[in-house]
Amino acid sequence: MSVEGAMTPLPPPAEDRLDEESLLAAQGYRLLSIASPLALLVLWEISVRLGVVDARFFPAPSSVAATLWAMARSGELWLHTEASLIRLFWGFLVGGIPALGLGIAMGLSPALRAIVEPLIAATYPIPKSAIMPLILLIFGLGEASKVVMVAIGVFFPVAMNAVTGVLEINRIYLDVGRNYQASRWQVFRTIALPGALPFIMTGIKLGVGLGLILIAISEMLGARSGLGYLIWNAWEILDVNAMYVGLFMIALIGFLLTHLLNALERWLVPWKSP
Amino acid sequence: METASGAPAKIRLRHLAKRFRTRRGVLTAIDDVSVEIASGSFFMIVGPSGCGKTTLLRIVAGLEEPSAGAVEVARANRSKPVNAMIFQGDSIFPWMTVWDNAAYGLRLRGVAKSEIREVVGHYLDRTGLTRFADAYPHQLSGGMKQRVAIARAFANDPEILLMDEPFSALDEQNRTLLQQELLRIWEEHKKTVLFITHSVDEAVTLGDRIMIMTAQPGRAKATIDVPFARPRSVIELRADRRYGELIYRIWGDLREEVQRARAEAPA
Repeated sequence: MSVEGAMTPLPPPAEDRLDEESLLAAQGYRLLSIASPLALLVLWEISVRLGVVDARFFPAPSSVAATLWAMARSGELWLHTEASLIRLFWGFLVGGIPALGLGIAMGLSPALRAIVEPLIAATYPIPKSAIMPLILLIFGLGEASKVVMVAIGVFFPVAMNAVTGVLEINRIYLDVGRNYQASRWQVFRTIALPGALPFIMTGIKLGVGLGLILIAISEMLGARSGLGYLIWNAWEILDVNAMYVGLFMIALIGFLLTHLLNALERWLVPWKSP
Repeated sequence: METASGAPAKIRLRHLAKRFRTRRGVLTAIDDVSVEIASGSFFMIVGPSGCGKTTLLRIVAGLEEPSAGAVEVARANRSKPVNAMIFQGDSIFPWMTVWDNAAYGLRLRGVAKSEIREVVGHYLDRTGLTRFADAYPHQLSGGMKQRVAIARAFANDPEILLMDEPFSALDEQNRTLLQQELLRIWEEHKKTVLFITHSVDEAVTLGDRIMIMTAQPGRAKATIDVPFARPRSVIELRADRRYGELIYRIWGDLREEVQRARAEAPA
């Protein structure tokens, strides 16, 4: 018996299409994540029409959409959305910028850290909503109290992440700064800030979430505009559709801000391998 | 200042000592090291791990204070920075491009843009990094990153260059390549270099003089002149009979220290 005869031919080498396949899979997953909320809406719509769920609490998506359209055309929707966005914007600046400066300074200075860290640790666990009455007392019922509420919410995650961000910077980079005679401001600008930026972006994203919660809460008390007011007012006049419009708008703002911040992060932190 | 060889001294260490207070008492890292380094020379310090050679370099760099003694650097030009250090391991900023890293020192000093362009362009060219000027460090190999660190230090145009085992993390082939490139760039201006290494090979390949340090506490045990002419080829050097002899001789001094360092190292 010849040896050759016993040999089975090798299967032809499999084509290398791994990359293409994983790309297809990724696209498939993206489709799935778009499809699942749509499927939920369709299911919801059908359930309402069949009378399975109570339309008084869960109005059909189509009727909520009709209300949204009507409010958009009357300008009412924009009025409330604009009011909330402006408060969010100012709250972000008022809370975020000092948080950034203080957080980075704390990361660079052990003395400052020793002084401020216990203060942050003591005040951070207080629910921000619990100090709402105090804020109203100090800042009154006007715009200032809303802005301050958002600012408080943004301050903590940004400051705490900035501290961590600076502490996570490899010490060798600070040695390089000293070796090249960098001034305090140069160390801040060329090492501490860019080095801590990935953490700071995480803090800002967390701050967006907290800011949205707090803007909604603070507009429910003593405001005449804003999405929080829209939701609260809808409860008082039992306009459930308008309530859903307010919730939808807050969700939409959160969604868009997250994407905006992700894009900003890719632009500001191009040096982190994706 | 003048050294024994007659050349003016660029760096002088006078009775340098560094002691740390630890829980187990006072630890002497460096004990009474005095040395004069001739202007324009490539001075190597070789010693076992933990002999305080990195501490010594950090003191010369001004990153640490000596417990006793002094460091003197003869300054030729007050407007230039005293030193630039090439660190062990990754020290280039991951958030800056290769170009921005190499320009770091010049920008901090507020040097004119046109001069920065010229100087940085030159050193990126000399280190073979021109094509990677816009790349970020995470896109580079270890050898490339160390080239950026070399370009950054040379571009800053300091009075003296300090190098802390800059090639110790590289594989042997890359190390040989970078040693040759370093020598080539150094030949241009022959700035005084203080180079720390634990590799006897490297000390003999690069140095004009080699100081051997004792294991902890670090003291100057012997200083040896390297006879090879410049410019050197780090490969051709190895065919020289004196190369092997020199390494053998230094090992004679070092062996005892390495063994002592191992015996004393915490398990």
